[in-house]
Amino acid sequence: MTDTSPAVQIDGLVKTFGSVRALDGLDLHVARGEVHGFLGPNGAGKSTTLRVLLGLLRADTGTVRLLDGDPWKDAARLHRRLAYVPGDVSLWPNLTGGEIIDQLGRLRGGLDAGRRAEAIERLELDPAKKARTYSKGNRQKVALVAAFASPVELLLLDEPTSGLDPLMEAHFGDLVEEFRAGGGAVLLSSHILAEVERLCDRVSIVRGGRTVESGTLAELRHLTRTSIHAELDRVPDDLRGLPGVNDLDIEGHRVRLQADSDRIGAVVEVLGRGGIRTLTSTPPTLEELFLRHYGDDPEVAR
Amino acid sequence: MTGGGALLRLHLRRDRWMLLWWVAGIAVFYWSQAWGTEASYPTQGELDEAAAAMQGNAAFIAMAGPARALDTIGGQTAWQAGAFGMILTGLMAMFLIGRHTRAEEESGRDELIRASAIGRRTPLLAAGLVAVLACVAAGAVVAATLSTMLPWKGSVALGVGAAGAGLFFGALTLVAAQITSSTRAVYGAVGIALGGSYVLRAIGDVAGNGLSWASPLGWGQAMRAFSGERWWPAVLLVGSAAVLGVVAFALLGRRDIGSGLRAARPGPSSASRSLGAGGWGLAWRLQRPGVLGWLGALALVGLAMGTIGDDVEGLVGDEGLARDLLVAGGSGAFTDQLYGTVALMVGLGAAGPAIAAALHARAEEDAGRAELVLSTALPRGRWALGHLAIAMAAGVAGALIGGFGMGLGYLLVTGDASQIPRFTGAVGIYALPVLVLLGVTWTLYGLGRRWAPLGWAALGFCVFAMIVGRTLQLPGWLLDVSPYQHIPLLPAEPFAWTPVVVLAAIAAVLLGTGAAALRRRDLG
Repeated sequence: MTDTSPAVQIDGLVKTFGSVRALDGLDLHVARGEVHGFLGPNGAGKSTTLRVLLGLLRADTGTVRLLDGDPWKDAARLHRRLAYVPGDVSLWPNLTGGEIIDQLGRLRGGLDAGRRAEAIERLELDPAKKARTYSKGNRQKVALVAAFASPVELLLLDEPTSGLDPLMEAHFGDLVEEFRAGGGAVLLSSHILAEVERLCDRVSIVRGGRTVESGTLAELRHLTRTSIHAELDRVPDDLRGLPGVNDLDIEGHRVRLQADSDRIGAVVEVLGRGGIRTLTSTPPTLEELFLRHYGDDPEVAR
Repeated sequence: MTGGGALLRLHLRRDRWMLLWWVAGIAVFYWSQAWGTEASYPTQGELDEAAAAMQGNAAFIAMAGPARALDTIGGQTAWQAGAFGMILTGLMAMFLIGRHTRAEEESGRDELIRASAIGRRTPLLAAGLVAVLACVAAGAVVAATLSTMLPWKGSVALGVGAAGAGLFFGALTLVAAQITSSTRAVYGAVGIALGGSYVLRAIGDVAGNGLSWASPLGWGQAMRAFSGERWWPAVLLVGSAAVLGVVAFALLGRRDIGSGLRAARPGPSSASRSLGAGGWGLAWRLQRPGVLGWLGALALVGLAMGTIGDDVEGLVGDEGLARDLLVAGGSGAFTDQLYGTVALMVGLGAAGPAIAAALHARAEEDAGRAELVLSTALPRGRWALGHLAIAMAAGVAGALIGGFGMGLGYLLVTGDASQIPRFTGAVGIYALPVLVLLGVTWTLYGLGRRWAPLGWAALGFCVFAMIVGRTLQLPGWLLDVSPYQHIPLLPAEPFAWTPVVVLAAIAAVLLGTGAAALRRRDLG
């Protein structure tokens, strides 16, 4: 395993279904040892992208590289080195969870018995029950155990925690952290922003089949505004009209404003001249980032 | 029973095309028997001759029912269509009820419905009502279409019998849906009951020992359509259906929604070695119940057919006429011809497990489980091949086992074991057209998963062409489209290599095309 190519490398990916353009020039880059958040509203093309990466769907145009191969041509070879957890896990109703975990592991080329037992215990799954009797969360746990118990380099996770309770979500987070610590890469599609903020190093935001934003959380925050609340001795006159200041609201000695992230220094300097009594600044959350891309379009934001 | 009206409307909205096809198909089936009889025997003299030839024939009676008024078109229609028509309405009711009860519970849609302002018993009632409407509609349309050419009284009796059998098996399905927790098991149980009813009445009709009264199909035939109608057996059908309905409602009150009467037992917490690591084990594990069920059914059908024995010639009055009636063609000893025809029918049946197993791959894709399996190192081609290999083996084994069953049945009646290899070969050769039909199904599936079920339509065409095609005097080129047309009617006709080689080549090309197309298309 001296292969050092990126885990996922997608450029200009287009996929159409009949007249519907599901993916419209999507770019996505996931490095080794990185947990990459894949964000977007329902129908943005996240699951389609994952299916292209799995070699289930064939790309119309664009380049797609998965590890060191082509996901369509080298599907089986590459799949030995990755594990996938679908968003809506469908299992064979007459097989038990344990049987399914083992079967998926064997098909992938092997399963670590110790990790299997550990993941089952941490996710509190009863592997002796028939899949017919599992809830959505338990079905998801079966797929997650099968994924985490395999000795793989890459995890493709499609909204993996949508059926898990908060405690299990935390356990899931730990498993992801440990996987990354072991050098693995994770592509995590989600719209639970707190989860992405906690787990992900980098984030790509898709909308309408296109990547609209990509980078580290710090980089993305740079593109947005920090909200500042301050109480001053007196309000400097030049605050009004200062470049990078938005939504300025002055009430007596109290000032509220939104500052462009790259202008915070200048803004605080001006505020300082007014004699700061109290100052709070709130960095932009992922939620604001997200809303910036979807909130302005009611059709997409829904 | 709150919300029943809305639920019933929802069901009817979902089922409208299905209902239309079922009702129309059943009516056409009855009507085509009347029409075919009239076309085959234009004069009363010919009909009298035919009736005389058929009346004492145990094989005919076992297949169709007690011989009554066979010298009338009506009597012939009731005889030929009665048992099979009732099986059709039974199947219709079974699928309708299964679809709206256990299948809905299994998919979780039932929960969504029950969460709305709906009574606990309403879903059961609404499902039952759909089936009642369908059965009544089928019976009414059968009666109406038949009465255009036959006396109305007998037409109504046949319609009532068809509707009543549908009600009975529908109600039985309602009960089965309360007991078992999977839809497949419901269909399996009711399917066995249908087959059992047919066998009971076959034995009872031949032996005249009253065993037919143990069969709902026997009750329907006891109405004696077109030969002095009796109406009270209809009460048996409707009454027992009502009792079964009450039982179903009582059972509903004793179980949790989503499970059967029996609690699900825990299974092994790790996979056994037999599940394997190559995808074959999993495919076989998934397909096993279905394939074994089909093979068992084919063996039983073969066995039943084999017990006709070789006394046919003694039973048949006029051999030439019976030949016309019974036999799909060819020349030679009448018994051999009869068995050639029976072999053809079993051979048609052998396509069932093959097509069903091929469509299992599609079901896996539809459910999203193929996606999960294909995200592992299992190559797509091998995943598909796993299911295809089972389908091929099931088709070949179905033909061989059906033929072996025939030989065994013959042995039981005559004590002559020498026919076992002959019959096994005579039916076994139909493995070739079975593989061609499988190839058609696989090519359709390779082109797109929505086309795959048309494989059943291909088999339906072959059944139609081979069984009634000659009576209806279909053009030769149309009959030639059916791969079954080209297989010599063993043991009556001599074996020929050409069709064997040609059909094998066609099957190979179709299977290869399907496999190649499947490798290229989007999945999931």
